Amino acid sequence: MSALVQIGKPKPALSVGGEPGLRGAEKGAAAATALGLAIFLVAFAMPGKLSGWVPLLAMIVLFAGGASSYFWFAYRGTTPGIKNHGLMTDGTTARGVLGWVLGVVFTGFYVILYWHPGPLEGGIRLLDPLAMALSKNPANQWFLYGFLYTLAVLVMGLRMMLRYRHNRYQLLRTVSVMFFQLGFAFLLPNILKALNEPEFYFTYFWPLKPEVLLPWSIEGGWYTSERFGMWFIYIAAGMTFLSTPILTWLYGKRWYCSWVCGCGGLAETLGDPWRHLSDNSETAWRVERWMIHGVLLTITLLTGFLWINAHSGNAILGADGSLLFSRTYGFFIGAMFSGVIGVGFYPLMGSRVWCRFGCPMAAYLGLLQRFFSRFRITTNGGQCISCGNCSTYCEMGIDVRAYAQRGDNIVRASCVGCGVCAAVCPRGVLKLENGPVGDRFPGANKPVRAFLEALGLKPRS
Amino acid sequence: MHVVIIGNGITGVTAAREIRKRQPRWRITMISAESERHWSRPALMYVYMGHMRLQDTQPYPDHFWAKNRIDLVRAHVSAIDVSSRTLTFAGGGAMTYDKLLVATGSQPNRFGWPGQDLARVQGMYSLQDLELLEQNSVGLSHAVIVGGGLIGIEMAEMLHSRGVHVTFLVREERYWSNILPSEESRIIERVIAAEGIDLRLGTELTEIHGDERGEACAVTTSSGDRIACQLVGLTAGVRPNLSAVAGSAIETGRGVLVDDTLATSAPHVWAAGDCAEIRRPEGARNLMQQVWYTGRLQAEVAAANICGDEAPYDPGIWFNSAKFFDLEWQTYGMVPSRPGEGQRSLYWEAPDRRTCVRLVANGDGTLHSMHAFGIRYRHRVCEGWIRDRLPISEVLERLPEANFDPEFYKRHERQIAAAMRSQL
Repeated sequence: MSALVQIGKPKPALSVGGEPGLRGAEKGAAAATALGLAIFLVAFAMPGKLSGWVPLLAMIVLFAGGASSYFWFAYRGTTPGIKNHGLMTDGTTARGVLGWVLGVVFTGFYVILYWHPGPLEGGIRLLDPLAMALSKNPANQWFLYGFLYTLAVLVMGLRMMLRYRHNRYQLLRTVSVMFFQLGFAFLLPNILKALNEPEFYFTYFWPLKPEVLLPWSIEGGWYTSERFGMWFIYIAAGMTFLSTPILTWLYGKRWYCSWVCGCGGLAETLGDPWRHLSDNSETAWRVERWMIHGVLLTITLLTGFLWINAHSGNAILGADGSLLFSRTYGFFIGAMFSGVIGVGFYPLMGSRVWCRFGCPMAAYLGLLQRFFSRFRITTNGGQCISCGNCSTYCEMGIDVRAYAQRGDNIVRASCVGCGVCAAVCPRGVLKLENGPVGDRFPGANKPVRAFLEALGLKPRS
Repeated sequence: MHVVIIGNGITGVTAAREIRKRQPRWRITMISAESERHWSRPALMYVYMGHMRLQDTQPYPDHFWAKNRIDLVRAHVSAIDVSSRTLTFAGGGAMTYDKLLVATGSQPNRFGWPGQDLARVQGMYSLQDLELLEQNSVGLSHAVIVGGGLIGIEMAEMLHSRGVHVTFLVREERYWSNILPSEESRIIERVIAAEGIDLRLGTELTEIHGDERGEACAVTTSSGDRIACQLVGLTAGVRPNLSAVAGSAIETGRGVLVDDTLATSAPHVWAAGDCAEIRRPEGARNLMQQVWYTGRLQAEVAAANICGDEAPYDPGIWFNSAKFFDLEWQTYGMVPSRPGEGQRSLYWEAPDRRTCVRLVANGDGTLHSMHAFGIRYRHRVCEGWIRDRLPISEVLERLPEANFDPEFYKRHERQIAAAMRSQL
């Protein structure tokens, strides 16, 4: 049986052509991509040597245009449908040598970005014209990061759209994450900066971006904007305490995690080739529950302490609550977990490590989704053949099949509603649906009771 | 009490789980010659195509078996002695049972074609077939597949996914003609052609030619063509696997003969799933059902009877599903390939010439059966309509209730209803 584990050598997972090897157009596109990358690398190697719009535009057109065309040509030769050929046998997508290399490259990039940005200087300078045009300020490491992030979401988003061009749910969802990344997480914050306003990200709020509701942000700090100051505060608080519960009630956590959020957007685009690497064992689920709710509890308590501290003359944490915060939570959760591990480990642990094990927003949305939402995944009677495609391609590591083969609804806190389980199902068994809350599982009609039971505060009925 | 189950497919596993639910203390042993653990047979193709690893196709984690005290034995049962209740294993060893369930499934048909025993000629059914196909895929550029059913098209898709050119020989004049009406056959034929597969209808295999190493190197067809190839896939249906019961006192016909409680002619022995042939009252044809869902359903009934809870097998309302390359098919009720006496068949096809729905009406205008390509429908809703004999006019009105496609998909129900009303 062990021979089967490494069975065969289907076509490489990132190319999808009908015949082995690359065809002419694909070769040309790949060459353009490489050339664009070369310009970028030269910029890194020789800071300041490449300046002005010409090398920047050449890099963008060749790299992004080349990669997009490559996917275009590669998928054009296939019939629309699920084409996961070779994902489990190709080293890039199945933790082979190339997968590990990519893991190290991604991880290394984050380490350099957060703590040793020196070597990035050349790349940052290459982006100056764009940064000046958008934000009236020279580029810095965070501009470089935002630029690369957005480029990845757009190019790999196009790939995702080509892969799922037969599936309108996937098409709309991918357009949505591309739109929110480009507009709300890249253009808008930079334009605000040009207007001498704080770089406000409308799509990140407490507890994912706790800073927006911490005392020094609200009572001083970056809400000093005369034009928008109070609005930023209303929006930040409103998103967390009003919009989130309402939208999650109506549609489940997917409205955020797989349609709007930038972390989710990257996972659904750049991370798509590795979604099947999420561990779907029961042990992983147990670890996940403790970790993610632990982070939510931590940031909730920490936020409370910081407010009490600020209003008790710094009696608890001393004067420098903000420094303490950035050195602890900001370092371990914000940088290490969400960045280095969250994205760096895509090729090793799947695309949703952060969303699944660490994101406090996902934990909050998850509790709402599990008990106070109309969302569920329905299964279709007796049609399940237990094949395992759904569980394999669930990026959150949910054992979807375990529910589907029993004919049970899937009501799980972690489900981000990406819809890929329903897409890969060969027998039409799964459907993401919103409907009456009480239909979802026995006891769902009494959500508060179900919640307390799950916490062990009430005996199970 | 010791229950032994021969076979660890969906039937064997479902029976083991059901018996465990009813009898927490009984000893349960499941024997398989094919594999250590249960895995999903319909998922075999995805392992070859690199969509999943074999372990991903196993519905239960490794600790499941110990936790539920289901003992797994890897052995080939070569003889069953029903008087001493003893199983003999090929290669030595024996085991006694108190109650026995035969769930040995089926095996690929071979019709005595010249050259069928050459190397690089194979079926596509078992784990061993998959391993063999893997070996045979080395240096493979052209394959010939023989047989126009579900396994044939799956094998074509598998090989096609690795860039192997496939010639697909189908004896009938249209694809899967004993099951599908002709419009649907044509759809599948277009799907096959669109993939670049060389589909030859009305063509039979006459001979497989071997080279000096005893490996298949070409076939000759009934139209006299000689096609060079490095692999011949034989997928002309399956028949019950009777190797374990052969030579025993258990009565067999085409399959293991059972009554409607799935009991065989021998005491304390039951049979279920692909290998079982259910006797019907005088005049009616014996029932043989060889799909995933009936294996599961029969296992539940067999388990109940083994545990002493008298439960006759009720096949219920037929359903099935499959996927032909990218095109999904779901059926509720048995849609006839040609409408029977008094039946009326209503058909709608989308402009894409692959999405379609067919409703079949009984003589009294009520729903007999329905199926769809490219649209998903809800099992429980459609089953309810068929069971309750809902008038077709009402079905057409309520069709949107049954739609199970993902959100934002284009809905066709209004066009379907309009088209079918004009056929009434």
